[in-house]
Amino acid sequence: MIMAKQKALRTESFPFGIASVGLGRVERQIPADEPPALAPNSELTVIGQPAPRHDGREKVTGAVRFTADISLPGLLHARVLRSPLPHARVRSIDVSAAARHPGVRAILPIASPDDPQRALLRYVGVPVAAVAATSIAAAEAALRKILVDYQALDFVVEMDLARKATAPLVYTSAEMAPGGDSSGYPAPANLPLRGNVRGPSVSRRGDVTKGFDDADVVVETEYRTQVQTHCCLEPHGIVADWRADGLTVYISTQYTTGVRHELAEAFGLPLNRVRVVVHAMGGGFGSKSTLGDYGRFAVELSRRTQAPVRLMLDREEEQMDSGNRPATWQRLRIGAKRDGALCAISLLSYGTAGVALGAGVGFNAEALYNCPNFEGAQHDVFINAGPGCAMRAPGNTPGAFGLEQAIDELAERLAMDPLALRERIDPSPVRREERRIGAARIGWQRRHLPGADPGPVKRGLGMAQSLWMSNVQIDSSCEVRVLRDGSVEVLSSVQDIGTGTGTVLAQTVAEVLGLRASDITVRIGDTEFPPGPPSYGSRATASITPPARTAAWQVLQSLLREAALALNAAPEDLVAREGMIFVADDRSRGMSFREAAARLRTDRISAVASRSDDYPGFARRMGDAALARQTLGGVQFAEVAVDTETGIARVERVVAVQDCGRPMNPAQLESQVHGGIIMGLSYALFEERLLDQHTGRMVNADLEHYKLAGPCETPAIDVMILENYQGNSATDAYGIAEPANIATAAAIANAVYNAIGVRLRSLPMTPAAILGALGKIPRQRS
Amino acid sequence: MADATSALLAQAQTADLSSAAVGPDAVAVTLQVNGVARTLEIEPRATLAEVLRGPLSLTGTKIACNRGACSACTVLLDGQPVCSCMMLAIDVGALSITTIEGLARGDTLHPVQQAFIEHDALQCGYCTPGMIMSCVALLDRTPAPDASDIRAAISGHLCRCGTYPHVVAATLAAAKAGRG
Repeated sequence: MIMAKQKALRTESFPFGIASVGLGRVERQIPADEPPALAPNSELTVIGQPAPRHDGREKVTGAVRFTADISLPGLLHARVLRSPLPHARVRSIDVSAAARHPGVRAILPIASPDDPQRALLRYVGVPVAAVAATSIAAAEAALRKILVDYQALDFVVEMDLARKATAPLVYTSAEMAPGGDSSGYPAPANLPLRGNVRGPSVSRRGDVTKGFDDADVVVETEYRTQVQTHCCLEPHGIVADWRADGLTVYISTQYTTGVRHELAEAFGLPLNRVRVVVHAMGGGFGSKSTLGDYGRFAVELSRRTQAPVRLMLDREEEQMDSGNRPATWQRLRIGAKRDGALCAISLLSYGTAGVALGAGVGFNAEALYNCPNFEGAQHDVFINAGPGCAMRAPGNTPGAFGLEQAIDELAERLAMDPLALRERIDPSPVRREERRIGAARIGWQRRHLPGADPGPVKRGLGMAQSLWMSNVQIDSSCEVRVLRDGSVEVLSSVQDIGTGTGTVLAQTVAEVLGLRASDITVRIGDTEFPPGPPSYGSRATASITPPARTAAWQVLQSLLREAALALNAAPEDLVAREGMIFVADDRSRGMSFREAAARLRTDRISAVASRSDDYPGFARRMGDAALARQTLGGVQFAEVAVDTETGIARVERVVAVQDCGRPMNPAQLESQVHGGIIMGLSYALFEERLLDQHTGRMVNADLEHYKLAGPCETPAIDVMILENYQGNSATDAYGIAEPANIATAAAIANAVYNAIGVRLRSLPMTPAAILGALGKIPRQRS
Repeated sequence: MADATSALLAQAQTADLSSAAVGPDAVAVTLQVNGVARTLEIEPRATLAEVLRGPLSLTGTKIACNRGACSACTVLLDGQPVCSCMMLAIDVGALSITTIEGLARGDTLHPVQQAFIEHDALQCGYCTPGMIMSCVALLDRTPAPDASDIRAAISGHLCRCGTYPHVVAATLAAAKAGRG
């Protein structure tokens, strides 16, 4: 009976469409145990409001505990010895002197001369050994006493050189090379490896040869993007506490549930003996998605010493070996009719994620615009450098730098305004509205011909668009509890990496229960709670707010039943609002939420709900992950001033119009969009990992020579968020972190072109690059 | 003994550093931390950030680059913002140290802390303590700053989440609130 009830469906009518354009309705079949359709934000009291962060007070007082702040009795400190050479064979390791150093408790060899795979070191910074000692200083002193005999091997750290047939090989066989698609955009399995080049990964539709034959105009251009490092302010780190009754780790992670699985597998433990905790997380942009080798070292050292071990990377290690956004080279060919209609797009790309995979340029070229014929061939190139990994819209951010400039170049060839061309070729009604709003806000009609400003400082306007997936993690669960004193808790292992996930959960529950967000106690970031989604792929909000609302609604039904008895009413006639529970059409028949809770027959009631499928189904499903049917858009406009005498480009203003389904918290959304834009601006103008070709070392492995945008480089930013209702889930919310980052560098590049009339096709757009493009100094790169 | 060491070091700061050679073993110092004298044994090589976070358990001060490039470790010495990772604890002497834990008065937050919450001027929160310390110091010396004063005051701070615009807005609001 109960089983049948859970599978039952009912029909609900949902708000549908873009609020600023006009809302309609759509009917959806939804699981019978899920709440009724949520009204548009304009009719809500907590969701859609700028609720302050639930952990704001802890964060502004310094009370909140990050991983490095966790101290346990008997804590040991670990440090890692790393290779000084970009390619070497370890002939011997002698740890005897290090082991005798005072305070040293354990030494973990990582490289091994006896194992052909573990004897080879393939980049500067790859771990060689780890030490646990009673202090960081003792551990570092011990590292200096480890004697390693390295046989230096030929190496290559430059992608163009690595592609040559004569280049030293990073991997001598396909079997040795990584083959999966762990971070792949795109890096499918079983692609051929020739020299250092793996691929191509091919994607095709229609017939590009015919498409180009039909075209009136063909634009062919090449673009380059650099390696960007994540630079989370909180380094990667872990405190591992191995005990007889189980393992607890405190780790700066974007995915507690995933790390728990990795640990269970790596150490042969049952899941219920592994607990992963992250109270607060100091920034994650993709690189903290997995356990990481440092995590395994710390756990192994804790196991061996029977003591808790803390291992925090320092900034140099962060820069060399904690992941990065791969460098890319891409050639785009676009054919179009005179009216702008696209006939064919072909994409050829080579990218390098160092010794790892995943250096593609995403799916903008394939999917952003209407084009019947497409062919893409993307390659990974191995070099002797630290592994790349996912970073804020992997693939699509470097890809947009290419495609969105190429579209502007096409518009110019067609003598069309860039917005008019996109109006012609972009099928998305969401981006159409975003272009309209953004163009009005930035004052697009002020845009002049390229380089038209007189005088040495030239201003320009540019824009670019983004495309991203609406990701959902199906395996996302949430518990809501009401206690007899009226207090409420929301629990999930989902972590808050700074986006405000906990606050959004509190808002979701409060909206259902008729309370304030601050009334809800948020308990997250701990695998003792129901398993939550990862905070990557912009999927946390989309995955965890629907089950939070469902669980809150289910708990509320129990509470209403108790209240109904006392009020002599039917439960379905009661509503919860403003801290009260009352008869919907007779407010005098009611009681406070606390009074209702006090009537509970048990000390606490609780419901656990899991993410159901999007009501209209998914576009695609891969295990626990799925893609919603609609994609995420986003259009950004930039205004720049370029000093043609110094080459300095300043971004004066950015207007960002973004969408994420239902906006849950406009203050936090604005914050995240600021972050995406500032990171994109920093990518456009400043950041670049520099490897010395002669030593393979990163020469700017710190935060003073690796330049990040600071407050003085941050432009005025206008953020506008569309409300785009689709009737997809109990909250209809999706993510925004990655979409906010995709278009920025391309919009700035298009604005720089509009300012100076010369196109920058390579990142970063430094003063030297700009002066080179202007012909004032010799060009640095082709 | 501790007072003598401390006095010596304070004197050494203003006079001749070489006359105060100590270490490498731990020495006793007394630090004035958030209005309380704290006497402890520290190695002379320990930075102020390490001593605050370690023996003093004041982990609100963050270490992010550990070489003065990001300002996450900012504390106030006699009201002046400094990078505590770039200063040896034994060099602090009698200067009064204010950390993020020392700003609130009981349950009442400092106006800058309150404004940071209200303007969502924090995301992950790792740069936040240092950022707040610099904004507090700014308002002490410039009670009515404009946006460019605030950007200059936090220009050494790095934030990867992108809080700068909201930090400026929050500090403007705190200044306004402080002027009543």
